Amino acid sequence: MVLSPNDKSNVKAVFGKIGGQAEAYGAETLERMFATYPQTKTYFPHFDLGKGSAQVKGHGKKVAAALVEAANHVDDIAGALSKLSDLHAQKLRVDPVNFKLLGQCFLVVVASHNPSLLTPEVHASLDKFLCAVGTVLTAKYR
Amino acid sequence: MVHWSAEEKQLIASVWGKVNVEECGAEALARLLIVYPWTQRFFDNFGNLSSPTAIIGNPKVRAHGKKVLTSFGDAIKNLENLKVTYSKLSELHCDKLHVDPENFRLLGDILIIVLAAHFTKDFTPACQATWQKLVGVVAHALAHKYH
Repeated sequence: MVLSPNDKSNVKAVFGKIGGQAEAYGAETLERMFATYPQTKTYFPHFDLGKGSAQVKGHGKKVAAALVEAANHVDDIAGALSKLSDLHAQKLRVDPVNFKLLGQCFLVVVASHNPSLLTPEVHASLDKFLCAVGTVLTAKYR
Repeated sequence: MVHWSAEEKQLIASVWGKVNVEECGAEALARLLIVYPWTQRFFDNFGNLSSPTAIIGNPKVRAHGKKVLTSFGDAIKNLENLKVTYSKLSELHCDKLHVDPENFRLLGDILIIVLAAHFTKDFTPACQATWQKLVGVVAHALAHKYH
């Protein structure tokens, strides 16, 4: 699956609009993911996952920063996330199925905060982008 | 048997009560065909699906979207009895329509996003969790008679 020039510009536009709220979006994405897909909590036994958790906020910030980085380097996501890809392969080893779950929750956050931004075309581009990010992060798993 | 708490039933009813089935169904199906274009394979006789604009304006897409979401309403009325309620529909999707059950999951995810865009901040994490559970259970019931 390849990101077209249109997809890339849609993705850049979304993240441009989201701007400084990316960190909050990251935190809310995780909150929704833990609520909707409780099995994802198994990767965070060391975290307080209660409402308003500082650890979840902090981690959401990291996740958002990675997505922003990928969007800013949308022509070379693999290059931009290479170190993160190594980390996931060697240390974190999050099962690949979970990236889709995170992606779904991120889309829900964007939709619920910016319904007019998420036109069907932009929805398609963002979904493809999130898939591409997941693919990159699991690329070195085996 | 899937268990639904009182809170979950409330969250389902309160959202569903405010859904315009025709609009929401049309939008969900259109987005499915746009975001996951391979799903168009089931709709060769729908005419023009050549672009997002064509898909959104396509009257067959609108009509079918309404049909699908109306049926979803039946599921909501029969939460305690879903497999039986959807038994014939499941056989139909397997034997006549030949639809891979993965497509039910894709449509369910799209529906969640349409609801999120419509209800914005009222589509809380608890609401999303309940509705993702619902679409998952509906997808499972629709796949139940597959062989």
